[in-house]
Amino acid sequence: MRAAVLGTGQTHHRTRRTDVSMAGLCREAIDRALADAGVDWSQIDAVVLGKAPDLFEGVMMPELFLADAIGAAGRPLLRVHTAGSVGGATANVATSLVRAGVHRRVLAVAFEKQSESNAMWALSIQPPFTAPIGAGAGGYFAPHIRAYIRRSHAPGHIGALVAVKDRRNGARNPYAHLRQPDITLESVQASKMLWDPIRYDETCPSSDGACAVVIGDQAAAEASTRKVAWIRATAMRTEPTFFAGKDHVNPRAGAEAARALWQAAGITDPLDQVDVAEIYVPFSWFEPMWLENLGFAEAGHGWKLVESGETALGGRLPVNPSGGVLCSNPIGASGMLRFAEAAMQVMGRAGEHQVAGARTALGHAYGGGSQFFSMWVVSDTAPASV
Amino acid sequence: MLSAPLNIGFDYTRSLGPVLGRFMAGLRDRRVLGSRSADGRIHVPPLEYDPATHAPLTDLVEVASTGTVLSWTWTDHPLEGQPLDRPFGWALIRLDGADTAMLHAVDAGTRDRMQTGMRVHIRWSPERTGHIRDIECFEPGSAAPVPPSADTGEPVTIMTTPIRLSYTHTTSTDESRYLRALAEGRLLGQRCPVCHKVYVPPRVCPADGVPTEEEVPVRDHGTVTTFCVVNVPFPGQRLDPPYVVAQILLDGADIPIPHFVIGDAGQVRMGMRVAAVWRPPEDWTTTPENIVHFRPTGEPDAPYESFEEHL
Amino acid sequence: MSTPRVAVVGFAQAPNLASAGTTSGVETLVPVFRQALANAGLDRRDVDFWCSGSSDYLAGRAFSFVNAVDAIGAYPPICESHVEMDAAWAFYEAYVKILAGEAETALVYGFGKSSAGLLRRVLALQLDPYVVAPLWPDSVSVAALQARLALDAGIITEKAMAEVAARSRADAADNPYAQVRGPVDTDAPYLADPLRVHDCAPVSDGAAALVLASGDCALAAPQRAWITGVAHRIDPQGLGERDLTTVPSATAAAEAAGLPDDLDVAELHAPFTHQELLLRAALGLRDRVRINPSGGALCGNPMFSAGLARIGAAAEQVMSGRARRALGHATSGPALQQNLICVLDAETHEAEGREAE
Repeated sequence: MRAAVLGTGQTHHRTRRTDVSMAGLCREAIDRALADAGVDWSQIDAVVLGKAPDLFEGVMMPELFLADAIGAAGRPLLRVHTAGSVGGATANVATSLVRAGVHRRVLAVAFEKQSESNAMWALSIQPPFTAPIGAGAGGYFAPHIRAYIRRSHAPGHIGALVAVKDRRNGARNPYAHLRQPDITLESVQASKMLWDPIRYDETCPSSDGACAVVIGDQAAAEASTRKVAWIRATAMRTEPTFFAGKDHVNPRAGAEAARALWQAAGITDPLDQVDVAEIYVPFSWFEPMWLENLGFAEAGHGWKLVESGETALGGRLPVNPSGGVLCSNPIGASGMLRFAEAAMQVMGRAGEHQVAGARTALGHAYGGGSQFFSMWVVSDTAPASV
Repeated sequence: MLSAPLNIGFDYTRSLGPVLGRFMAGLRDRRVLGSRSADGRIHVPPLEYDPATHAPLTDLVEVASTGTVLSWTWTDHPLEGQPLDRPFGWALIRLDGADTAMLHAVDAGTRDRMQTGMRVHIRWSPERTGHIRDIECFEPGSAAPVPPSADTGEPVTIMTTPIRLSYTHTTSTDESRYLRALAEGRLLGQRCPVCHKVYVPPRVCPADGVPTEEEVPVRDHGTVTTFCVVNVPFPGQRLDPPYVVAQILLDGADIPIPHFVIGDAGQVRMGMRVAAVWRPPEDWTTTPENIVHFRPTGEPDAPYESFEEHL
Repeated sequence: MSTPRVAVVGFAQAPNLASAGTTSGVETLVPVFRQALANAGLDRRDVDFWCSGSSDYLAGRAFSFVNAVDAIGAYPPICESHVEMDAAWAFYEAYVKILAGEAETALVYGFGKSSAGLLRRVLALQLDPYVVAPLWPDSVSVAALQARLALDAGIITEKAMAEVAARSRADAADNPYAQVRGPVDTDAPYLADPLRVHDCAPVSDGAAALVLASGDCALAAPQRAWITGVAHRIDPQGLGERDLTTVPSATAAAEAAGLPDDLDVAELHAPFTHQELLLRAALGLRDRVRINPSGGALCGNPMFSAGLARIGAAAEQVMSGRARRALGHATSGPALQQNLICVLDAETHEAEGREAE
């Protein structure tokens, strides 16, 4: 059965959204998504909520206390948690509910209210009997970026190029947390080195924010008076955090998810057939790494697409026209933002950061130690067959 | 199997939004506010959204500080963080003027003073900050209400909630064996019977889902496969930045471990040979902290191809 | 595309123990997976989709479920997902995945070391974080408030509660996985008035795994229990907002799942005696329905797998031929806030995926 995104909504993302409660944050995104989809509450059959670790907010399974406020009371409610990929996984679970014929319209919502605590604290709780080798979030990924640079012989300024592109893109996105139209290659390269080789301006911020999408079946899509984004394929893959021989630079789980995704979507040449990609890039260097992992470039060549400007707006494959995770990072919602932004592009509702003529778009998320991957491909026309 | 305490704690800062913010500001001023839904019912504690129409609720009205117990139970041994540190009752209390009940503690002294339908009133905390605990607890009876303090007008936007939890963390038998070997200054690996890779510390082989069995000694020398220089301070750090955290492939192991490399820090590079620096033997216990850090050995670098598979 | 028929084809669990296993759960899960797959006649490589349920707050660590993936042997990579809920809802996600044609087989698992922290205090963090959780009401006290409401309303009696406890403990005598067995002392002291020790589930460590298959895969399995209806619903949480003596979400889920009135067996996930009585009323179960032949959660309640284990126990009743038609139920949240209903049949009939129609 076919499924489509009927509408999307997101909050204004900020370091601290002290003006709202958790319910208020979720509802800001949900209410926008319902309005964008042109549906009312009576038309929602089920709710799927995604969020990263409960320790961030200090609430065990917050969907329980939120059930009423997010409109789930009396309805089926699922809570997904697949680490950083959760926003994408949540949208994929909602899609399955529709594709299975169980529901006509499902509301998927993802949020993170990082300002309730400190994510660095929550993620660095040291269990007994382990070595206290604190490196922080960037410290986990920096060695893998170093390995990528060694392996691909990428020039040192590639990461800074991505940061400049994404921050400037974010300036076109009214919801983005960081909006820096005047950022330059020089200013990025002058910013503090945090986790060598990662500089301050090459890292994502810590944000409060939420995102919501309404997913409907074919009848719901055809009943919509607005343009919808047809979901052509979804994919999820997982591998362990660590194992002997793990490729942290080009993880097999990501590559296999992408291969399954393109095949299910009938895409044989992603670079040629995809018009825009929203890829989960929390540290700038992950753009070239994921371009390779996703099959947009051969292994070791992803940085060339960046260097030649092909991933900028106006390029062959604009990546993260919204500004991406580098501009807004409400962790649990970051993946769904990628999925929603992809849908917005093919619906023609991306505003100032619209890619002209975008018809097919990728939404991508990953989490854990580069081990959980979720993705979807959306397009402006219904898939021929399912 | 070895186990040890794991204590976590954080003072969460909850932003309240318009409805809960006004409710908490009311408590600070010794007033209880409820929200009125479209059907006319008054909800205390207030709901932020109408349960039927889903619209935001904006109409807040004051209710009494006296009420009726709808249900109750008794706690003989209060737990950490609960409102009273002596035996007390929990109750669902419907305040006069409200249509719903709130959960709070009743300082009744003894169990036999608790009953369904009993009248209770709020005992306000002397120190009020705009927090649910501005209500210290309830007391039996309908005492004369304490007049609200003059409205200070200061909005309440955030409430702080400390959360402290204590756990016992338990390791596996394989990990316990590894830790006991560490207490003797030995590094112990175990080989997966399927893929034959050596894991240190030993564990269920993540690639094959089977316990590793055969014990394999692993050397405390190894190769830096990749690394990062940490320049950023953050909570819980053991070293002052800058310092190097490297992935180190110990000789005889098939999976790297993360550790500090100290000495010649500016020269740390992929392929560098390093050796463990141990605490004095009299300080060894069942902890990986027996190895303080790694130091460069000065041997020639390992060729890239020798650790390429471990990046 | 016709809707595939889906069956439970294997189930296994770890013994429910007061304290057992590692905080990560990995070593506990390995033999449970092996047994569940053996029962289903499948190899782990035959599993199209893996889905788990657990909670970070049982272990006191963010991302605690990530480690558990190691027990699978997830390389080459697998298709996998996780819910921060009882694994009964992971079961639901996997069931939907199969209905959508995205998988033919699935392994669902739940795990948790409930004894790692002080469970009834940890569970206070499930309550509203602004107006309730800062008071740290423990989960047993919250259940007691519900029990008294039902007693005061004359819906249940203390005698009926004690009978539930006695029946459960007697049945658990035949369940090698149960943690609590034996006689009930009806004068035992209150844990939280009106709940006595035997009215409350024990704190249990454990894990469970259940294998699902569709179509030909299900028919090829050594045994099967066809899923003929699944649905779940949630109620608002507010303890003083809703009538705690009724369970609207269970009633609505039963209706959506097409709960038949000729059930032989029902495995109800009731961690407190009064909750079994409330559920029986909410589901309209007749007296002839055999309740919890396993002894139920009152005799072993490993958090985040106990709900899945109810579905597994119900499926075992069908697969063994002891029942023709069985109900597996799971609950989550304080005071029966969220409920899932799964109907299992020895034979298929046309009602499956009822909510779809």
